[in-house]
Amino acid sequence: MADNSTAIKTKNHESYLDYKGKHSGLLGWILSTDHKRIAILYLVVISAWFLIGVVIGFLIRLELLTPGGTIVGAQTYNAFFTVHGIIMLFLFVIPGIPAIFGNFFLPIMIGAKDVAFPRLNLLTWYLYVIGGAFVIIAIFLPGGAPDSGWTFYIPYSIRTSTNMIITLSATFILGFSSILTGLNFIVTIHRMRAPGMGWFKMPLFPWALYATGWIQVIVTPIIGITLLLVIVERVFGVGLFDPSLGGDPILYQHLFWIYSHPAVYIMAVPAMGVITEIITVYSHRTIFGYKAIAYSSLAIALLGSLVWGHHMFSSGMSDTANFVFSLLTFLVAIPSAIKVFNWTATLYKGSIELEPPMLYALAFIFLFTIGGLTGIMQGTLSLDIHLTDTTFIVGHFHYIIFGTAGFGLFGGLYHWFPKMFGRTYNKKLAKVGFWILFTGFNILYFPMFVMGWLGMPRRSYDYLPEYQSYQVISTVGSWILILGLILIVYSFIKALRSGERTTEKNYCGGETLEWKVETPPIHENFYEIPIVTGGPYEYKQNELEPEGVN
Amino acid sequence: MSLEENTAVHLHKDDKASKLGMWLFLLTELTLFGGLFLMYAVYRFTHQAEFHIAAKSLNTFIGTLNTSILLTSSLTMALSITAIRKGNKNLSLSFQGITIFFGLLFLLNKYFEWSHEINIGNFPGSESLLSKSQGEILFYGLYYVMTGLHALHVIIGMIVIAVMMRFTMKNIINRNDNFKLEAAGLYWHLVDIIWIFLFPLFYLIS
Repeated sequence: MADNSTAIKTKNHESYLDYKGKHSGLLGWILSTDHKRIAILYLVVISAWFLIGVVIGFLIRLELLTPGGTIVGAQTYNAFFTVHGIIMLFLFVIPGIPAIFGNFFLPIMIGAKDVAFPRLNLLTWYLYVIGGAFVIIAIFLPGGAPDSGWTFYIPYSIRTSTNMIITLSATFILGFSSILTGLNFIVTIHRMRAPGMGWFKMPLFPWALYATGWIQVIVTPIIGITLLLVIVERVFGVGLFDPSLGGDPILYQHLFWIYSHPAVYIMAVPAMGVITEIITVYSHRTIFGYKAIAYSSLAIALLGSLVWGHHMFSSGMSDTANFVFSLLTFLVAIPSAIKVFNWTATLYKGSIELEPPMLYALAFIFLFTIGGLTGIMQGTLSLDIHLTDTTFIVGHFHYIIFGTAGFGLFGGLYHWFPKMFGRTYNKKLAKVGFWILFTGFNILYFPMFVMGWLGMPRRSYDYLPEYQSYQVISTVGSWILILGLILIVYSFIKALRSGERTTEKNYCGGETLEWKVETPPIHENFYEIPIVTGGPYEYKQNELEPEGVN
Repeated sequence: MSLEENTAVHLHKDDKASKLGMWLFLLTELTLFGGLFLMYAVYRFTHQAEFHIAAKSLNTFIGTLNTSILLTSSLTMALSITAIRKGNKNLSLSFQGITIFFGLLFLLNKYFEWSHEINIGNFPGSESLLSKSQGEILFYGLYYVMTGLHALHVIIGMIVIAVMMRFTMKNIINRNDNFKLEAAGLYWHLVDIIWIFLFPLFYLIS
């Protein structure tokens, strides 16, 4: 329910950035139910958390520069990797793309004025901020920062004296925020598509958000109840997980991964949606295999929810369970590969412009392929025994999560930045930043595959001297990567402060509805709700269509 | 179409969207409890005989009474919606009040039940429970967690219905616009349905 009582005619032609509602100044932002303003609120807080996560990641790498304690001891190192994981997963990549670009562009791309439940949308942001505050409290309260790893495995998470209860509450609240965002998007897509926009006339980013929404709604409550039970376990000693009282720690792992594996797709699928938009725009070609990409999002959502057991091959499941989970894991590779092939086919004979967003999209395909193929290696039962709990897995999930959600987010931000803020950025600076980031990324994470293959355990602050050369390369990689990040952040800040103002509606030749609204968009996006007649990607080869609302 | 006009195809109030949102929310509640039911299934499978023994200590009479109370409250909830649709505001208010009253009655019984269990030492961490078998400890762990979470939902449901009573008094909920009450009803029925599963799983397996 949109909560505004304004008349039918939209007289206000101001951009959403200048729009004056009931409140002004900061209140006009933090009390606004405008989906675009909420997206910017998310962008600000998520970026802050990302940078904090990066700093902790930097410290982790620095500690691993030499064997033994380099800058911190074992306990602090345990807190480092735990907090790094919690921040990067629950506060950065899980909300990330849906909360920022989903909020901003989903209503515009389907031709709606806002999401279905604007007030609920604002509530999710507050829940997100409160969850983040809990994480800060958990870090600094006496008792010590959490040190169980972000997976909170039993029995350690019910034994450790660090601030587990607050940390678990934080993730519970953040889960609530995520569920409500997913619910809101599903209803928005069902009910608010513009007249004429059938399901298969919808752009593919909304399709990706739709699949993601279902994952969020169905599996997030399970981690909610599981983490709640760990709290209950700590407070009352109920014994549902505690092995000394008859509880089963393996059952905890099942319940945890029933959510946390699909959560990987909560991170990756929206990024795939962003990449799909970028690739079709900057190769100026109709997307290849529209339906295949749409359906493969749903297939990933479905199959991805059935493979959680591959996190537990060495935990003591039955051989039958291991076999089934391994098989299902291989099956997820199919819809993922369908996407990669369709992107590549879209590029074929396209007139490719190597703009900054396109560089991120191409890097995405490259990194996702490496991450995906190493994932298949770990899905193989015999190899997994060798690779479990080594840095191989750390390399793998950074390629997957940073390589998809992170690169998707940066690519999307460069792609849509002028549309969101009405300012252009320095493309040269953006490209330099990209290449440094990309180089640093591979120098940082690729040695982890090699080290892990040779047996370097993960989550250890100390290691045998023979691994040092790899660790040094990796740490140097982290410095290069951070240099790239600094340039990228600088390019955005510079663009916000002194970037050239632009009101060009369609600066990149896109075909979807966001390129037909004002730059930056007006308060309720459209002067009149568009009536959609064609598909979302009708590119005439190398030719820009005239502007204007359909 | 000129730029100044708005076709107003976008509805400002869309009950169908709200209803879909409500059903999705109920789905999340189901998966929330689903995690617990999954645990119950696993532990019951691994500790069948001990669950059987532990369940003997629960009072089937109170359980049955509570089941009938909650089922009846679902009826009164449904009646309150029918009443408001027929334009009978006061009747609807009474039925909503009765629903809350049944909720209270349910919680009162639950209170007596839990006190009884705690008095005889069947609570987490107690010495007498810890001296029992692991299956019995798990049974009581699940009993307290699942009925406790359910009771929490009953309390939330009662608060929601109380708010609905206020809305009905102020005519925000009326003959033509009563989706809020219907949504509250859906929630209350969910609470009821979950109890219908909890009842046999804990009380009727002895």
